[in-house]
Amino acid sequence: MGFVTTFLFVIVVLPIAAIVWTSTGSGWSGFWEVVSSPQAVAALKLTMILSTLAVLTTAVFGTIIAWVLVRDSFRGKSVVNAIIDLPFALPTIVAGLVIMALYGPRTPIDVTIGSFQFDANLTFTRGAIYVALLFVALPFVVRTVQPVLIELDQELEDAAKSLGASNLATFRRVVLPGILPGILSGVAMAFARAVGEIGAIVLIAGNLPFKTEVASIHLFYRIEQDPEGSAAVAVVLLALSFTVLLGIGALRWLVTRHERG
Amino acid sequence: MGRLSLRFVALGYLGLLIIGPLAMMVLRTTEDLDGAWAAITDPNTVAAFKLTLLVTVIAVAVNTVFGIVCALVIVRGNIRGRGFLNAFVDLPLSLSPVIVGFSLVALYGANGWLGWFQRNGYEIIFSTPSIVLASIFVTLPFVAREVVPTLREIGTEQEQAAQTLGASGWQTFWRITLPSIRWAVVYGVVLTAARSIGEYGAVAIVSGNIEGVTQTATLRVEDAYQFAYGNYAPAYGISFVLAATAILVLLLMIVLQPKESRH
Repeated sequence: MGFVTTFLFVIVVLPIAAIVWTSTGSGWSGFWEVVSSPQAVAALKLTMILSTLAVLTTAVFGTIIAWVLVRDSFRGKSVVNAIIDLPFALPTIVAGLVIMALYGPRTPIDVTIGSFQFDANLTFTRGAIYVALLFVALPFVVRTVQPVLIELDQELEDAAKSLGASNLATFRRVVLPGILPGILSGVAMAFARAVGEIGAIVLIAGNLPFKTEVASIHLFYRIEQDPEGSAAVAVVLLALSFTVLLGIGALRWLVTRHERG
Repeated sequence: MGRLSLRFVALGYLGLLIIGPLAMMVLRTTEDLDGAWAAITDPNTVAAFKLTLLVTVIAVAVNTVFGIVCALVIVRGNIRGRGFLNAFVDLPLSLSPVIVGFSLVALYGANGWLGWFQRNGYEIIFSTPSIVLASIFVTLPFVAREVVPTLREIGTEQEQAAQTLGASGWQTFWRITLPSIRWAVVYGVVLTAARSIGEYGAVAIVSGNIEGVTQTATLRVEDAYQFAYGNYAPAYGISFVLAATAILVLLLMIVLQPKESRH
């Protein structure tokens, strides 16, 4: 026990305490001045909005993918199943490069019909950050929903359908209530990951202040010049992200109420 | 929506988000194989991979010991605050790597609480120790998270039987507990290694990114990209090696997973 607490204290608690301490270096007014500066506010806002959008999208598509992997059968399913973990295993900086290979300057998705021109080059746009966040968030939702779906009795679904429920009604009334806690756990992990993500974003975002500069990148380039101000922004980012995580936890507690009686 | 349309949506999403980009990346790498190979065999790249390997070995060793002990305390320990400990171990997963790196600078940097080392010639920041510390920090939960549920599942009957028959605590651990959790440990080690090899944000802040000295493989990729001047072969080449490693890790995970649930 002594070993575990000492280890955690030295490796985790001390550094975090040091960063919180640094953030108070220029007093409360200094803290507030940095945190409320337009550029910091813009970066924090962008992080929260894009992470929320990416995580909601992932909740929908991740659940569909999990359902297909559990209930459907087709050739090559085990390969598809293995690919889900790729964003988790791939170094984030490589993930950024991989995304850029398809959605970067030399994108092969380039359609010109008459005067209509469309290409999928997302470099230096918020769209690029959104795609990068979708990429890193996917395994968290799929991997938490999958086991819950396996546990969930398929006979219930079949019964609902044989009693005349439409596919949508079956999903809403039978499947969703069973897997919602799983979705929420996955969403929480995906959100925590998205809020802090840097590797997958740093190469494609362009890091333009007020436009494509997310909080983690905002911090990244300021730590050396302004440690106290950066520490203040870091503390706010932590507080924001923990508030959302607590909110998701509370929601999960609400939807699992009946199980605890 | 019917089964077929859902399958179409799922596969389409994966195709656009993962398979398509990955295939394009492989294609781009093959466009200039000589350039990619030259970048991979560059002495500074080799040094970067060696550093990544060294850091990963240390992080894996430290966190395997810590993870097992921590899981034993959480599941078998007889103390208050076990639930808190269980939640606390996961904390690094909810921290931005940037904040992890920054917190190490705040602690060990020349102006930090433990800045004495940095000021007196025992460099931690901008040197290998900080890269090791950052990697240990971000990979902390993986072994413990895998071992905790397995320990719960196997119960204490066999351990108690061994102790009744006169085995010491140590013997019980080596002969009974460790063999029954070994696949969970191995799975946790694979996850730890994957994350440690791929860590970018935390390492980028603490390492100083000195070519051939404190530059890890992921930092090397970033450098190769930032200073590409239109020639992306080096960045794609080094990335390809890392991606191949990641795919190897995936295969390992698939091989290990069935054993995990079989016990």
